[in-house]
Amino acid sequence: MRRKWIAPSAVVWLVVAAAFFLLPLIATLMFSLRSIQTNKCCSGAAYSLIVHDHQFWHTIRVSFVLSLETIAISLLLFVPTVYWVHLKLPRLRPVLGFMALIPFVVPPIILVVGLLDLYKGAPAWFYDKPYGILGFAYVILAFPYMYFSLDAGFRAIDLHTLTEASQNLGASWRTTLLRVILPNIRAAALGGSFLTLAIVMGEFTIASLAAFKTFPTYIQIVNETQPYEAAALSLLSFMIVWAAMLALLFVGRGRVRTAQVATTR
Amino acid sequence: MAYLELNELRRSFGPVVALNGINVALDQGEFLSLLGPSGCGKTTALRLVAGFDRPNSGSIVVDGKDITRVSPNRRDMGMVFQAYSLFPNMTAEQNVEFGLRIRKNKRGARRKRVQELLELVGLGHAVKRYPHQLSGGMQQRVALARALAIEPRVLLLDEPLSALDAKVRVQLREEIRRIQTQLGITTLYVTHDQEEALSVSDHVAVMWSGKIEQMGTPSEMYSAPATPFVAEFIGTMNRLEGVVVDGERGEVEHGGTRLTVDTARGRTRGEKVLVLVRPELLQLEPSTNGAAGDNTLAGEVVTHTFLGSVTRLKVQARAAELISDVPTARVDSLPVGQPVVAHVPTAGTRLLSLKDEPASFELDPDNP
Repeated sequence: MRRKWIAPSAVVWLVVAAAFFLLPLIATLMFSLRSIQTNKCCSGAAYSLIVHDHQFWHTIRVSFVLSLETIAISLLLFVPTVYWVHLKLPRLRPVLGFMALIPFVVPPIILVVGLLDLYKGAPAWFYDKPYGILGFAYVILAFPYMYFSLDAGFRAIDLHTLTEASQNLGASWRTTLLRVILPNIRAAALGGSFLTLAIVMGEFTIASLAAFKTFPTYIQIVNETQPYEAAALSLLSFMIVWAAMLALLFVGRGRVRTAQVATTR
Repeated sequence: MAYLELNELRRSFGPVVALNGINVALDQGEFLSLLGPSGCGKTTALRLVAGFDRPNSGSIVVDGKDITRVSPNRRDMGMVFQAYSLFPNMTAEQNVEFGLRIRKNKRGARRKRVQELLELVGLGHAVKRYPHQLSGGMQQRVALARALAIEPRVLLLDEPLSALDAKVRVQLREEIRRIQTQLGITTLYVTHDQEEALSVSDHVAVMWSGKIEQMGTPSEMYSAPATPFVAEFIGTMNRLEGVVVDGERGEVEHGGTRLTVDTARGRTRGEKVLVLVRPELLQLEPSTNGAAGDNTLAGEVVTHTFLGSVTRLKVQARAAELISDVPTARVDSLPVGQPVVAHVPTAGTRLLSLKDEPASFELDPDNP
């Protein structure tokens, strides 16, 4: 069997790309390991302080639950909508695509002012709690990421034939969506979910202006007062987001493989 | 009373009339092929029967019940689609089982039926394979098993073989017919391939421009086409335009030559007609002096097309291009450029009035 060699130019590019991503992380790691008393390497004190701070665990839980809430609402809202538009109203696809771009055009600072004004008469459980208005705002922020992921997923399968085949065998719309369509767009739904998770875990502007304590606002507070802890926190948040993404991937792993292969036909 | 009835079924898409009042009556266990060129309305008809589309008017009756407004998931129709339609996330076994699960059949009975059907279509060994692990022909076999699993009232086949290669197509169509006969299931089959339709059907309905031009047994369709369109669409046909000159003796004048054909008897003198002759009935002989005798047309061989046991010869006559199928063993005596005479048989020739001719239909006589 012929052995494959990696071209030298490819190696150079790999090294450059790895350096681009890894150098800031290494620098942050080195900085975070400095001793708070002596400013010299190496001490785990910054990490110890962070993990023993109850605000760290509280805010990370709030942000993580918010992420899951946003993902759940987005999927419930957008999967049937995009399915229906692809199946019955394909002329509305450009309209949806345009609407999905709005969160890119309207800055979060404007969005939050508008939303706070719009919902100022809303019940306290919605207006005063992060899982209410903040979750709602994050669904809007995640719209483009979720929509474009799902749109690509729906375009990759023969939606009409699969739907008709399912109905022909006696399945209702709900059964068709849950048992035939959803498993075949799982990869796209997971992709949208990853992006949503990353956005919510890092969203600062809306949470800060709406005066909620989330993980990014906690990082900001630490950053202003404790530089080594802030560096440690950045690295921890980076790892937590990656761990959450891996967990999501693990949940949907088995079916994704089969669906992906099948939809490439 | 027929088992499946389509009564005056009409469907328009904006200004385009896809179906213009078709009527079909099919007894239980019969196999009907809807045959026609692209855009003739055959798939629209099938989709109306399946319930994926609603007619503008008319009705669909199955076993005495009007199902025109019934939703597709309540019609009990098994359908095999033109595109590969297996659910990619399910194995062959799970695909076949899907309809039975929807019907909440018991697990044991389900498994038994799935195994039986996959064996019936020759895929007992591939139950655990996913669609992407199956060839096109295997996928369509699974789709057939899946459609049959629910014991449908009518089996609908929408050009299921069109994406397959020629050999698999022939093999699978014979299997479809075998299974259909074995199970005695009423079947509606859509195809644009006349050979496919003629070889497997009890009845063939040739469609054109949203209407059924003619419906009959395959042999009737071939030997007694009712319209010029059917004559040209089913098989290959020589078309000789002429005028009836003597209705009593059955004489038609075509390009200055008088042809006597039985079917012209009783026609009105001066009527414009089309004499239709199958290539296998048109006898060719080498001509030495280029002159034509009774019921013959003089011409010259212009091409040979080898078809196996016969060779198809194209002959340029004075007023028409003729096609004749000659036994390949005889073809050496009729080389390209050879002057020939073509004998038009008196019997076995069809005659149609030219007023039946559709204005815009054209087919390549070599590839109808």
